[in-house]
Amino acid sequence: MVDEVTKKTLASIPLLKTKAGPREKAEWPDRLKEEYCALIKYVENNKQADNDWFRLESNSDGTKWWGKCWYIHELIKYEFNVEFDIPVAYPTTPPEIALPELDGKTAKMYRGGRICMTDHFKPLWARNVGKFGIAHAMALGLGPWLAVEIPDLISKGIITKNENVGASGSA
Amino acid sequence: MSEPTISELKEQIRKYELQLEQEKLKNMKQREKITKMSAEVVDSNPYSRLMALKRMGIVENYENIRNFTVAVVGVGGVGSVTAEMLTRCGIGKLILFDYDKVELANMNRLFYQPHQAGLSKVEAAKLTLQHINPDVEIEAYNYNITTVDNFDHFMNVLSTRSLSNGPIELTLCCVDNFEARMAVNRACNELNLNWFESGVSENAVSGHIQFIKPGETSCFECAPPLIVASNIDEKTLKRDGVCAASLPTTMGIVAGFLVQNALKYLLNFGQVTKYLGYNALLDYFPTMSLKPNETCSDPFCVKRQQEFKLREEQRLREQVDVVEEEKVEEVLHPDNEFQIELCDEGEDLPDLTKNDKNKNTGVKHAFPASVENQANEHDASNEANEMSSIPLEDLMSKLKNL
Ligand SMILES: [Zn+2]
Repeated sequence: MVDEVTKKTLASIPLLKTKAGPREKAEWPDRLKEEYCALIKYVENNKQADNDWFRLESNSDGTKWWGKCWYIHELIKYEFNVEFDIPVAYPTTPPEIALPELDGKTAKMYRGGRICMTDHFKPLWARNVGKFGIAHAMALGLGPWLAVEIPDLISKGIITKNENVGASGSA
Repeated sequence: MSEPTISELKEQIRKYELQLEQEKLKNMKQREKITKMSAEVVDSNPYSRLMALKRMGIVENYENIRNFTVAVVGVGGVGSVTAEMLTRCGIGKLILFDYDKVELANMNRLFYQPHQAGLSKVEAAKLTLQHINPDVEIEAYNYNITTVDNFDHFMNVLSTRSLSNGPIELTLCCVDNFEARMAVNRACNELNLNWFESGVSENAVSGHIQFIKPGETSCFECAPPLIVASNIDEKTLKRDGVCAASLPTTMGIVAGFLVQNALKYLLNFGQVTKYLGYNALLDYFPTMSLKPNETCSDPFCVKRQQEFKLREEQRLREQVDVVEEEKVEEVLHPDNEFQIELCDEGEDLPDLTKNDKNKNTGVKHAFPASVENQANEHDASNEANEMSSIPLEDLMSKLKNL
């Protein structure tokens, strides 16, 4: 279920205009700039709402992305590496966001630490093909996943603050 | 010199395991290659029962199978069994793609064995298949086809690696995700190659195969994927703690359907299905034909449709007498009925107790079609427009330094 908060968050992220993937060499640079603009806006929104939760960067042609995401649970910050490739059929197919450090630690993942998107993600992405970008995938995919899975993994003792690199890091 | 890390040691062990596996197979008794398929019924002839198909008048020329190259994309629960069946049938060449490793968690499915855990699926499959039938040439690619670099290589393999160094005869898509299916679809539309899509539902109780001839039948992008309705109430379907369930039965059945139709297509016998579904709970097998969508979002699909139309007109002109209009059911949505930008639910699963438009076909779209008309521009978009005049490098460093 897409809750009201997620709906509001989604509405504040700029929609993208250029429907092009990395194989469409002529339009992809425009799309990539739109992706960056939407991400910048989303991160700025998060910071303003005191809910800053990820950073991303990419290679120069925008096909490989990596960064950090973090989740605060009982005042402790748990930080994870995020990575994904832009698939050839993007944006018809969404990026497959992965948290490689958690690979094998939860059943809500496919191989390589790719997170299991909810049943609601795909219909929503499909309805908005072209208009949704990386920022939307983060807001609609990774954000809700962290909110459900991280407290669960902590409560099961599968992730602990000691082994988590970011646990003592700056906020 | 520094101590090797755990992951380096693991990698080293994996290499040794693969070597050991190869050595073991080398030492096992393996039959000599057979240069010509024979119909002679002796206990040493692995092809006698297949060649009997010819004697019985089912297949005209079974030996032709040795001329064909088939790619199997994804060698998991369905793909590995598919590859084994084709190997036992004596296919000329198999090309395998996968980037996964064998895990003990796969042992509820067929084909792989516990001692292969840790090996790459394509390597493990290649070793087993070569042992089963040394006559089959096997090529294995251990990578993810959906990334930009690998996709170019993938397209190149499909278009040049047949036994005669041309385009391969058939691609069988046995992957478990939308991204990879779409990548196969784009490649085959662009290269104009026929392929079969296959799938098993995440609840393991339904599956389907679909034959895609670019321009002639609906491609994977023409409409949202058609899946067999399992008639389970969404609310009672529990997904707690898992992504997907799997059964060796459903996967074996789908692999059987897939290879059966691949054989019919390659060896030219019987009727090749366009779409065949399987509902395990009701033992129900819907079939149908799917026309391509003229407004498909893949331009190569639209191009293939125009080419097909010209070919058809030509064909009809040449044989005016034998015009047989195949009555097929139109299942594509004629127009886009989904105008909502944000929505909570996908299409409801049909309920057997209610009158439902899907009741008769037993299939449904995995999700609604996309909305092409632009949504209302809101303030955020305009703000982003202003930013788009900034060079990419500046945007990159801005995001990095936020
Ligand atoms: Zn199409």
